[in-house]
Amino acid sequence: MATDAIALEQVRDDTPVRHAGFLSSRVLIYGALLLWAFISLFPIYWTVTTSFKVAVNVTQGHMVPWVDFQPDWKGWRSLGLSPDTIGETSTVRDEFLKRFENSILASVGASILAVVIGSLAAYGLSRFQYRFGPWRNKDISFFFLSQLILPPVVLAMPFLVLYKELALLDTKIGLILVYTLMVLPIVIWIMRDQFDTIPQELEQAALVDGCTVWGAFLRIVLPIALPGMVAAFILSVVLCWNEYFFAALLTSTDAKTLPVMVASQTGSQGINWWSMAALSTAAIAPLVLIGLFLERYIVKGLTAGAVK
Amino acid sequence: MHVSSPLAADPQIEVVSREVSDSRKALGRGLIILASLVLAAILVVQVLYATDAIAVGFENWRPALYAFLLWSVALGVGQVLIRGEHGQRALFLLPAILFTVAMVIFPTFFGLYIAFTDWNLSSFKGRQFNGLDNVMGLLQDSYFWNALLNMVYYVLSVLVQYAIAFGLALLLNAEIRARKFFRVAFLMPFMLSPVAVSWMVGKSIMEYRYGPAATLARHLGWDSPAFFTTPWVARFSIMAMDSWVWIPFIMVLLLAGLQALPKELSEAAKVDGATPWQSFWEVTFPLMLPVSVTAIILRIIFELKLADIVINVTAGNPGGATDTVSSFIFRVYRDRSNVGYGTMLAEFYLVIIIIFVTLLLKWASRWIRRYTWQ
Repeated sequence: MATDAIALEQVRDDTPVRHAGFLSSRVLIYGALLLWAFISLFPIYWTVTTSFKVAVNVTQGHMVPWVDFQPDWKGWRSLGLSPDTIGETSTVRDEFLKRFENSILASVGASILAVVIGSLAAYGLSRFQYRFGPWRNKDISFFFLSQLILPPVVLAMPFLVLYKELALLDTKIGLILVYTLMVLPIVIWIMRDQFDTIPQELEQAALVDGCTVWGAFLRIVLPIALPGMVAAFILSVVLCWNEYFFAALLTSTDAKTLPVMVASQTGSQGINWWSMAALSTAAIAPLVLIGLFLERYIVKGLTAGAVK
Repeated sequence: MHVSSPLAADPQIEVVSREVSDSRKALGRGLIILASLVLAAILVVQVLYATDAIAVGFENWRPALYAFLLWSVALGVGQVLIRGEHGQRALFLLPAILFTVAMVIFPTFFGLYIAFTDWNLSSFKGRQFNGLDNVMGLLQDSYFWNALLNMVYYVLSVLVQYAIAFGLALLLNAEIRARKFFRVAFLMPFMLSPVAVSWMVGKSIMEYRYGPAATLARHLGWDSPAFFTTPWVARFSIMAMDSWVWIPFIMVLLLAGLQALPKELSEAAKVDGATPWQSFWEVTFPLMLPVSVTAIILRIIFELKLADIVINVTAGNPGGATDTVSSFIFRVYRDRSNVGYGTMLAEFYLVIIIIFVTLLLKWASRWIRRYTWQ
């Protein structure tokens, strides 16, 4: 392919006029690419650098560390995460770490639960024919997918009351259950797509050999479907990690997650830019890492079923 | 939404029916009946206790939850015992069904009940049925209708997002170096939490004194770059932030669509002497229609839930100009503790959404069919 393209270009580019046209289109393409990369990355750059600024750097609009301004640990010190305060006790840091832990537990717990029950349902819907009264596979699938439409605000109040009665308010279990509900349709969608690409002959052979349906599923299909499950899992973690609405309403002290903590800080007027920037940086760091190293799983998860 | 397409191929796995003995069937039925009785007993006791009919009961409804879990397990085991192979298959679907039904159906109906009460958490009276008062209040609530109108603007902004995303997808699909870098960079905004984005972009970059966006605007000749004080500017600022987060989502879908297109088509168009402009409008764009429609519909569904950014950046200000329905209801709950009225608004909004999305799906599938058959 590559050599073809080069050959083609050589044929086209034999005249200087053509060459100039080709060059200017290249410049345009790379210009647009760089512009959008700047738009995408500048807020992240801004937040990370601001966390190392002091007041005068903020008001003077200094941008480039070591050139414009001397980096300072001030923002991180207020979080208790700078080198000189890391050994000391810090209530802010304890608070932050607790929220961080809550976020991890809630998002990972919900994602595991959703991937387990979602994969089972997706496998069933992909392989067997169900009848539940007048409902067939198609209707059951639609029932799951239709949950995507439900806005959180509709469920928020009933959940608040329900959780109060069940003593689940402000607990991590309660949050995990809500988040599982939120990502389940997406997981089922991704896994349906995944299972549909696996040929059924594999399981049929196993069934003939005397495997049960569950045996065939666990031993043969599951290992093949693993990439899809990883994609569904990672996408779920990202969505749950970023969730704010339910967390703001259903948690108060014990189970509060990181986004709620960040939001409660932005609400107060006197907050310093550097500490806010440090907090934001710490809150987005795991996501940036996931984006850097697991980008292809995110893309796989997002595009499942959408392109046929 | 490809709800139906994977089903075109009939599921083929044959039933290996093994005979299930009568005693096993009886055991299964007994188990389910027993579990149902336990669940019913606990519910009855708790209802009686909650209504002060009896003095003995549980502290909260948690035992009912455990009883429901127990009942679900018994139902699963019972299915296998009674129906053998068929039961084992049902077992794949049961957990998800039971979970979703328990988590959605009950809250939705309970929400309908709340919606017709005058329940306010800050008053001591407790809830009372107040008939259609909430509906009347809703019809006269200009802030709610204003928020609904804003949703129309926000949904329309999806088309702009789509246009930008299509451009980016085309760029990424071109013959470029460092494609991996650009892909990761372009996807990054989608990964960030909207709450963090609210601060990073809304409250610091667009801050009118020191924010770099304000500084840039001053250099470009806008004397007082206040992004959140006049209605339309504030609305556009929210749209810009929302687009910044969500354009990568549309872009990823479109890029996957572009990569699935057969290369020969654009090559053939080139050989036939079509300019890139023509080849895009006459080859690429029509072929991309199904993916585009899927992406836009999904994006609209997510756009209808927009709340986090508005809640955290403007809280609906100035004067409700940036309010989404969700952020408005959030404030009704949060600041006024008006549970009954807020729930009525939410249920009303849900009805509108369901009608809107149903029409959208119908219209989209008809439109695609007509477009591809001509």
